[in-house]
Amino acid sequence: MAQTLYDKLWDSHVVHVEEDGTALLYIDRHLVHEVTSPQAYDGLKLAGRKPWRISSVVATADHNTPTTGWDKGIEGIADPIARLQLETLDANMREYGAKVYFPFRDKRMGIVHVIGPEQGATLPGMTVVCGDSHTSTHGAFGCLAHGIGTSEVEHVLATQCLVQKKMKNMRVTVEGVLPGGVTGKDIVLAVIGRIGTAGGTGSAIEFAGSAIRALSMEGRMTVCNMAIEAGARAGMVAVDETTIEYLKGRPFSPSGPEWDQAVVYWRTLKSDPGAKFDREVTLNASEIIPQVTWGTSPEMVVPVDGAVPDPEKEKDPTRREGMERALVYMGLKPKTLIQDILLDKVFIGSCTNSRIEDLRAAAAVAKGKQVASNIKVAMVVPGSGLVKAQAEKEGLDKVFRDAGFEWREPGCSMCLAMNADRLDPGERCASTSNRNFEGRQGDGGRTHLVSPAMAAAAAIAGHFVDVRQWR
Amino acid sequence: MEKFTVLTGLVAPMDRANVDTDAIIPKQFLKSIKRTGYGPNLFDAWRYRDHGEPGMDNSVRPLNEEFVLNQPRYKGAQILIARKNFGCGSSREHAPWALQDFGFRCVIAPSFGDIFYINSFKNGFLPVLLAESEVDKLFYEAASFPGFKLVVDLDAQSVATTTGSLSFRFEIEGFQKYCLFNGLDEIGLTLRHSEKIRAFEAIRTQQFPWFFR
Repeated sequence: MAQTLYDKLWDSHVVHVEEDGTALLYIDRHLVHEVTSPQAYDGLKLAGRKPWRISSVVATADHNTPTTGWDKGIEGIADPIARLQLETLDANMREYGAKVYFPFRDKRMGIVHVIGPEQGATLPGMTVVCGDSHTSTHGAFGCLAHGIGTSEVEHVLATQCLVQKKMKNMRVTVEGVLPGGVTGKDIVLAVIGRIGTAGGTGSAIEFAGSAIRALSMEGRMTVCNMAIEAGARAGMVAVDETTIEYLKGRPFSPSGPEWDQAVVYWRTLKSDPGAKFDREVTLNASEIIPQVTWGTSPEMVVPVDGAVPDPEKEKDPTRREGMERALVYMGLKPKTLIQDILLDKVFIGSCTNSRIEDLRAAAAVAKGKQVASNIKVAMVVPGSGLVKAQAEKEGLDKVFRDAGFEWREPGCSMCLAMNADRLDPGERCASTSNRNFEGRQGDGGRTHLVSPAMAAAAAIAGHFVDVRQWR
Repeated sequence: MEKFTVLTGLVAPMDRANVDTDAIIPKQFLKSIKRTGYGPNLFDAWRYRDHGEPGMDNSVRPLNEEFVLNQPRYKGAQILIARKNFGCGSSREHAPWALQDFGFRCVIAPSFGDIFYINSFKNGFLPVLLAESEVDKLFYEAASFPGFKLVVDLDAQSVATTTGSLSFRFEIEGFQKYCLFNGLDEIGLTLRHSEKIRAFEAIRTQQFPWFFR
C-alpha cells in the first residue's frame, strides 16, 4: 500500500504496540539543552536509573546564554539562577555523558536546532526529539522530529523510547515559483495565516510541492520550524538531492561505503505516489507576498502591502475578542497600513532564521545603508559559533556593523528573552523569530514576525517596507 | 504520579482562545531546576500588575483584581475551563506543573496544544476534550452560578454538574487513561519491554550503523 513519508518513518521505529494502538517508538537522536533537562536528569537519579544510550545524546547550552561579555566566562552571567542552570547541565554531562556536548562558549555551541543539522547529527530517517517545541525544524531532513516535555525527556533518557499515538497525515503543497524577496519564512507564515495556529493539531505535516523543493535546506528548516506554530508537532520534507548534498562531509554524517548505503536508504524517504493524506492544503507560491504579523498569535498575519484588520468585521465572538485584545496589547488601530508601523528594535536570529543563508539575505539588504535613527537596537545573533565564524569569513559582520547593527554571540537570545536580550514594555520589534505571544520577547514587548530580509529592511527604514521593492 | 479517579471541584473560567504556555508560565520562571514551586507565578503577567521575577515575595506584589483567578469566587478552583488551542506554543512542562502547583487538577477545553496535552498526563493532571458547544454551556453555568462545581469522573469519562443537570462524555486514549487512573510510572512500564527494545536496537544497529556512531 502506498505510504506517506510519515507512515514510513513511523513504521520503521515501532518497538511495541498496546491494545489501543499506543506505540513505543524508538528514538535515534536526543538533543538536550539546559532549560528542559535538569528535572529529567534529577528524576533519573532519584529513580536510580541510567541513560539507555548516551551516544544518542547531543547537548548544548543555548536558551539562557548571554550574547555579550563572553570573555568573562560563566562568572560573567549576572543572573545566578541562569548560571545554576548552565552549571547543572555541565554537571549532568560530566556524570552521564553524551555523544557530544558543546558547552557555553565552545566554538561549536549554538541553538540546538542549528547545531544538529550543522554537525550532521540530524540525519534522514531518524527520529529526533528534544525538550523544545521547535524540534520540528529537523523534519526538513526527512526525519520524524518533534518537541517533547521534560517527563518525556526523562523517559527517552531512561528507555530510548517514547510512548506515542500515531498522528494524522497532513500535506501542505506549495506549487510554483516564489517571487524575488519572498522566502521560506513567508511561505510558513502564509500557511499559518491560512490554516490557523490549531490547523495542524494532531497531525504531522509534510511540506511538498515545487516551491518547497526549490528551497535550500535552510529554507526548509525555517518552514518545518514553524510547523508547531500551525499546531503540528512535526513538520517534514522528503529527501532529495538538496538534502543529500547538504549532508556531505558533515562531522557526524556517514562516510565511505556507509555514506553510499545511507544515500540508497535516504532516497526512499518520500511519500509514495497515491499515498493517502487525511488533510491536504495547497498554496500558490507566486501569490505569496512578504508576511508581517500584526497581533499576538502567529495566525494574526497579513501581507506587507496590507493593513491591520478590523475586528468589527469578524463574526465569531471569541475570535473578535481575541483580535481586540491583541490590538490593545500591540498598541495598534484597525486599518493602519503595515508599512506605517514604526519600530523600536530589530532582532535577526532564533532557530527559525539565524543560519548563514538568513544572515546573507539580511546583509544583502543592509549593505551600504544605515539603521534608522528611531531604531534603538538592531541586533544580529548567529545561530551557532560556526555560523558566526562563516559569516565573519564572508565579511557579513562588517556589513552589519557598518550599517549600525550589533553583532552578537550565538544563542536563542531575544526569541524568548530568557537572557538579558529583551524588549522593554511597549517596545515594538521586527523579529525573525517564531512567536509573537504576549510578553514573549519581554514583558509588554510587541513582536512582529518577518523574514530576515524584511527585518533588515525595516531596521534601515525604521518601519516596515516591502522588500520586493528594496533598492 | 498521583492517581486521578473522580474529582469534584470548583470551576474557574479562562475565557480566551489560544492561551499559550508562555502566558501560563512566563520564561523567567523556567530557570528553576525543580518541578515544583511554579504555582505563585501561574499566569504571572496577567495576574499581577508588576513585572515578576524568580525569588520575589509574590504575597506582597500588586494583584490585577480583574484577572479571573484573583476574583474571590474562584478561590480554591480545581477545574479550569478554557477555549480552543489551550496550551499551544512552547513544550515547557512547567505549564502543567504551574497549573497543578496552583491547585488545578483538570482543564477542560475544545482543543489543546499537542505537547501540552501529552505533558499533562505525565503529571496526574487531566486535560478533558469536549465539543465547543459543550464548553460554551460550561462557561455560561460558571458565569451564572457562583460556586459552580463539576464532577470529573475519569473511569466513566464524564463531566457532570453536581446535580446531574448537565453531563458530557469525553474521549481519551485507553493507555493514557489506564496510566493516569492507576498513577503509574510510565518509565517503569516501558522498561518491562527492555528485551524488545534491545532486540529492536540490535537489528537497527546492523541495518543503519551510521545512526549509532
